[in-house]
Amino acid sequence: MIELQISRYHPDKDAKPYLQNFAFSDNEIPPGMMLLTLLKKAQERDPSLGFRSSCQEGVCGSDGMNVNGQNRLSCITPVKELGRKIVIRPLPGFPIIKDLIVDMEIFYQQYHAVDPFLKAEPATDPDNQKENLQTPQERKQLDGSYECILCACCSSSCPSFWWNPDLFPGPAALLASHRFVIDSRDITTIDRLNNLDDAGKVFRCRHIQNCTASCPKGLNPSRAIQSLKKMVSASGKV
Amino acid sequence: MSKVSEQIYDALVIGAGGAGLRAALELSRKGLKVAVVSKVFPTRSHTVAAQGGINAALGNVSADNWQWHMYDTIKGSDYLGDQDAIEFMCEQASKTVIELEHFGVPFSRLDNGTIYQRAFGGQSQNFGEAQAHRTCAAADRTGHAILHSLYQQNIQAGTEIFSEHFALDLLQDQNGTVHGAFIMDIASSETRFLRSRNTLLATGGAGQVFRTNTNASINTGDGLGMAMRAGIPLQDMEFWQFHPTGVAGRGMLISEAARGEGGILRNADNDAFMKNYAPKVKELASRDVVARAIAIEVNEGRGCGDHKDHVLLDLTHMDAEQIKERLPGIRDISLTFLGIDPLEAPMPIFPTCHYMMGGIPTNLNGQAIKPSPDNPDNQIPVAGLYAMGECACVSVHGANRLGGNSLLDIVVFGKQAAQHISQSIDQQALTPPAFEWSQSNAKPIENRWHHWKNARQTDDTIAEIKNDLQTLMEKSCGVFRQEDSMQQGIADLEKIGDRICKVGLQDHSDRFNLERLYALELENLYLVAKATLFSAQARKESRGAHTRVDFTERNDDAWLKHTLFNIQTDFSYEGLSYKPVNRQPKHHAPFEPKPRVY
Repeated sequence: MIELQISRYHPDKDAKPYLQNFAFSDNEIPPGMMLLTLLKKAQERDPSLGFRSSCQEGVCGSDGMNVNGQNRLSCITPVKELGRKIVIRPLPGFPIIKDLIVDMEIFYQQYHAVDPFLKAEPATDPDNQKENLQTPQERKQLDGSYECILCACCSSSCPSFWWNPDLFPGPAALLASHRFVIDSRDITTIDRLNNLDDAGKVFRCRHIQNCTASCPKGLNPSRAIQSLKKMVSASGKV
Repeated sequence: MSKVSEQIYDALVIGAGGAGLRAALELSRKGLKVAVVSKVFPTRSHTVAAQGGINAALGNVSADNWQWHMYDTIKGSDYLGDQDAIEFMCEQASKTVIELEHFGVPFSRLDNGTIYQRAFGGQSQNFGEAQAHRTCAAADRTGHAILHSLYQQNIQAGTEIFSEHFALDLLQDQNGTVHGAFIMDIASSETRFLRSRNTLLATGGAGQVFRTNTNASINTGDGLGMAMRAGIPLQDMEFWQFHPTGVAGRGMLISEAARGEGGILRNADNDAFMKNYAPKVKELASRDVVARAIAIEVNEGRGCGDHKDHVLLDLTHMDAEQIKERLPGIRDISLTFLGIDPLEAPMPIFPTCHYMMGGIPTNLNGQAIKPSPDNPDNQIPVAGLYAMGECACVSVHGANRLGGNSLLDIVVFGKQAAQHISQSIDQQALTPPAFEWSQSNAKPIENRWHHWKNARQTDDTIAEIKNDLQTLMEKSCGVFRQEDSMQQGIADLEKIGDRICKVGLQDHSDRFNLERLYALELENLYLVAKATLFSAQARKESRGAHTRVDFTERNDDAWLKHTLFNIQTDFSYEGLSYKPVNRQPKHHAPFEPKPRVY
């Protein structure tokens, strides 16, 4: 028997979230089953249950949720790792739209605010037929930064983001910022670092490592932020 | 006419995968007012899951030119692809990939700093000679890299995005001209009409029509459903690609890059069996050839495992560092879903539904086309409507798509449709033409919406019907097909249709009502299934991915033609017609059909 407790909240009906129980017998849980499959079974019993999902293989970042206290993606979380009682709540720190579905607008705004797009040398010829060159070593710098799937597991486990989601970019946005700061093709490194030089930005991070511990892709935002701090300091404006 | 809010745009893009975002970027950069409607946040679109790469004859690794790529694509299509469209795509490919690099895509690199290119199936040098290295890759996360970069560029360009909005239907006047779409905010169920002179469908594939597939759950063919309800035929819907290497029993994709980098397929006797099916290129034959080979090995009793129901993809002989650098995502998937580290043990795999070669017929500018009412042999644009990417059939993939050509298709034709719009918009007044609501299809669209808002609970459920539909399609129209089972499938599908008409919903809330969303998606999947079964049952030959055990040979005399599945807007008629394959490329002599040997 597995007892699945899911946080339910409907803004028109419920004053606050509550836990709904679903029980599953062991033979409903084949080896290797992922949590998403169990959630879908719960949804077949109660079609009003709301959660996001799409790719079902951990690359689209839709199904971040808090599972037994940790932020994870349901589609790549094996049920057998979770014990007999599984408690699922929405990602912390965001307004709840319904059940496990949260409003991530502030998270996306923080991402947009770091200018997460390449600003390379403008092509002198608009029909420029050559790629920007980049050595394998320069390209390797991007590994660990470009693979982010914007699932928000990191930012929603970060106390600095919980307190100041409007000021502090959060680990995901800072990881994106790092990805462009270190891209050898980008020509705005100094501007990017200057924009991060603020007590509410990179220096708001206290490196408690929740982001790194919760990243379902095994990325290390904390280390990226550390590296940004060093670069901001070295760039001489502090 | 009830009061529904209405907004007006220069262009309305439905779908925010690679095709939709590439088009939107082009339009926004031209200063046009663009709305993108996406049922998920853009970076969750299924382009994100593409792994192996994007083809372009850059020649960074092996000598190359686009005419060789063109030949390979035509041969790969089993000669059903339109040669003018394939020529255009392959000619544009290098420019397109360089442009993506300029957008920031973090391509893997060669020692000289240029873009890394890997070997992929069906790619040759000099019209069928040595293996070509043509597939530009960002490790094995090329789709993720492209989709995120395109989204990022759209942030900079200021594109307006209606995230988590679902498009129900196309708004049409009495002449069939498309004037926009009726959309719903998933979070609140608020509806509105977005009006535009230019509506672009970029809604992706519909792999959810089969039980085992590599597709995201959002891939339900919504654009195809909208097109059919608008009286537009679907083309070549019998052609579905079964990817050779899905995780056995589950369906997740193991990229062709695994074989491109050196992976070998083995059966229960540890025999590398591909030499028996494609002596020259073995594992790197076209996907249809490899998928059939695997299915035959299993059918003839040489499958692996307790149930002898899969074969093995073996990377254990490869250099560990190469796997970690070039195939990190594959290794993740294998560790997560199989508990197997491919450095140490082979992965169980089996063909799984992956890609829809058919779709909404378009011309080279991405305009949706349909037979003229006056002369059915003449294909005319549907005024106001474009389609591109997997939901479209231009047709560059014909009966079988080559790996690395789908990412290329979406960016080439996404951009092309946008350019065609921005050129023609110079000649239009920017406001939409006068539009008479009472003469439009607004009422039936709203009726469809109200049907689902009011459909009271029944014993039957959306989830059960969808499950039955997927199982039916897998049984009756999978890798191998034959007359009896397809006839049975068509009969059973009618019952599914009846159930969809009668089924009710339990959830009648307006907040993120997923049951209602699934119902609307199921209607689209049903139409896709119908088009697939009717088209497949009629095509009495084997070509590309369409393999019939009762008609085992390709028959060019009778069947070198595109299928069109037609449906009347009121469903009073459904049937098939055909149109010729284009064999008049502009800059190259046509390639005549030959037996396909790899």
